[in-house]
Amino acid sequence: MEMVLNIFIKYNLVMAFLIIGIVMYGADWVSKATNKRIAGSAIAILIGLGLAYIGGVITNNGNGGLANVPLFSGLGIMGGSMLRDYCIISTAFGARISEIKKAGLAGIISLFVGVIASFTVGVTLALLFGYTDVVSATTIGAGAVTFIVGPVTGAALRASSDVIALSIAAGVVKSILVMIMTPFVAKFIGLNNPKSAMVYGGLMGTTSGTAAGLAATDERLVPYGAMTATFFTGLGCLMCPSVLYLVTRIILG
Amino acid sequence: MAIYGLTLLSACMFVGVMLGDILGKVVGVEANVGGVGFAMLFLILVSDYLLEHDKLSLKAQSGIKFWSMMYIPVVVAMTARQNVVAAVKGGPMAILCGVLAVIVAFAFVPIISKIGEKGTPLPGKDQGKEA
Repeated sequence: MEMVLNIFIKYNLVMAFLIIGIVMYGADWVSKATNKRIAGSAIAILIGLGLAYIGGVITNNGNGGLANVPLFSGLGIMGGSMLRDYCIISTAFGARISEIKKAGLAGIISLFVGVIASFTVGVTLALLFGYTDVVSATTIGAGAVTFIVGPVTGAALRASSDVIALSIAAGVVKSILVMIMTPFVAKFIGLNNPKSAMVYGGLMGTTSGTAAGLAATDERLVPYGAMTATFFTGLGCLMCPSVLYLVTRIILG
Repeated sequence: MAIYGLTLLSACMFVGVMLGDILGKVVGVEANVGGVGFAMLFLILVSDYLLEHDKLSLKAQSGIKFWSMMYIPVVVAMTARQNVVAAVKGGPMAILCGVLAVIVAFAFVPIISKIGEKGTPLPGKDQGKEA
């Protein structure tokens, strides 16, 4: 038994691939049970947060989450900032400049308004709940942009792990709400044509949330919303740890 | 070769992150200012040029695509290593944060949709099938 455990510990990164694969499979299964109304990726992230909680409780040390357990230490490499940033950057591949131009002025404005509005909401709430230092408030604000922008910003500004976890949680809540609420509010916000779908994608920004939400509304709108949404995370990663951080710093003094 | 894609990706990452660090120094903050965002921007510009001129082999592209497909699993691994125990204390704030961000964004959809030409609604689903 110990011998087997030692193999898992020795090849910890391979172990992480094994575990995350199983988590993704389970999440996909749950997603199918909800008729794909909630995307598998959002469920997988919730499971990840749950595992981090369990890991923190059994090791009596929340820092590092499940990666604290030697058997799961590979999660620390797989989910470390190096591979994470590498993967996030790779998602920009294939975005064609001609496509960006097609989104038009309304699409581009929606991207900026979407990032700034979500960020402002997040920072305001962070301050109200007592996270008054600039780095924490900015990280939580970035989390309200998307669950990717939060940790990228937090890592760049060296925020603490619990604040980063909060920013992820805020982003995941946003993503799931977008999936569930879109079909219900579609009528009220005029979400019935490609143009408003592009604006919607640019404002919501969470790619999984937008794609699942639009699919439940009218699946023909998905590509339009997804097109602007894919630029949202990139723009958030660009703006939150730079312009928006500096502005927050100036305002908070 | 697939590695060419990874090389391109790595180069973009280094340039972006270095620029972010330099920018951090310039504005006087102990942080990487927008490095990942800059790297994405470079990758879009370079890959757009290379794809336009057919200079990037399918295998090189698959090297980059592999990592973009690994994006969500890596993010899941990242969440599994966060200090969630400490974050649970701030749970209600995270939920409120997500809820309000969505409501504000929804409210902007009809406003920004007014910019430029009016969008034409897609034909009804049944009509679409007949056509």
